[in-house]
Amino acid sequence: MDALDGNAIGGLLQEVFGHEMTAALATCGSCDWVGPVAETMVYVRAPGTVVRCRTCTRVLMVFAEVRGRKCVDLQGLAALQAS
Amino acid sequence: MEGTAVRGRLTWQVATVSELTDETATVRTIDLQVPDWAGHRAGQHLDIRLTGDDGYRAERSYSIASAPGEPVAITVERLEDGEVSPYLTEDLRQGDQFELRGPIGGYFIWDPARDTTPLLLVAGGSGVVPLRSILRYRERTGSTTPARLLYSARTLPDVIYRDELDRYNHDQGVDVIYTLTRQQPPGWTGRTGRVNAAMLTGIAWPASQNPLAFVCGPTSFVEAVAGALVGLGYPPGRVKTERFGATGAPGGP
Repeated sequence: MDALDGNAIGGLLQEVFGHEMTAALATCGSCDWVGPVAETMVYVRAPGTVVRCRTCTRVLMVFAEVRGRKCVDLQGLAALQAS
Repeated sequence: MEGTAVRGRLTWQVATVSELTDETATVRTIDLQVPDWAGHRAGQHLDIRLTGDDGYRAERSYSIASAPGEPVAITVERLEDGEVSPYLTEDLRQGDQFELRGPIGGYFIWDPARDTTPLLLVAGGSGVVPLRSILRYRERTGSTTPARLLYSARTLPDVIYRDELDRYNHDQGVDVIYTLTRQQPPGWTGRTGRVNAAMLTGIAWPASQNPLAFVCGPTSFVEAVAGALVGLGYPPGRVKTERFGATGAPGGP
């Protein structure tokens, strides 16, 4: 399946962070790629939503809903900077 | 989260269908009345949520087709294996209601006050929708920023907003160029085939003019076009991209 990009989860991100995040700058914890969240690769049909680095494909963020609660894993990010 | 309208947070609200317009055999524009709409920017999208009688919910994202200041509209392409788009393009009637939240997005945005260098818009199929919002907004604000739209469609009848796009002309500062990838009408003298580096060389503003590009369409289309523009000297930060997946709307069918 073709990946979407970070634009597609703008609503989800705003729900989680309470802020517009597609223009936020993400830093990959693996390869040091820095770019807008909109430019990441996004898979919405994995169990949950998986966000990967466009350069090295490392998993940057995972969003899942477990029994009605939003679970967020940001372990792959070195930084996330909203404007 | 519903019912907790915190500033900055998105809340679901009820939209009412005010008008339906068939754009092509498979594409329909849905004009909406949204009482608490906060206003949108050119290039943003919204999420819609449909709830079945059995409580099953489906969410999808759609680009906003109207310009800022105009009533909210989305343009939806029917995907044969889709779960949501057949309902929106075939069953929906004037006066029907569904839930939406938005506007969403701060990256794939054209701002006439900030973005005054030549504008290159490249669309694959229904990727033209947010770019149409940008062109309409350019016109509404009286912007003199020169704009070019390169629009890849399978056939001429598949071109969305064709009457509207055909009204633009060079004297208004807008050039619209179609390329037809699958079939051309008899006597077609326009472009044919997929957008590639050779085609872009003749159409894209030279990188020396510091143009701003917006590329929207299926993922493979966006990858190819964005890569070609960077090859022509566009800095990656001047090529804004939005990918719809294999086909259709962002978020899938």
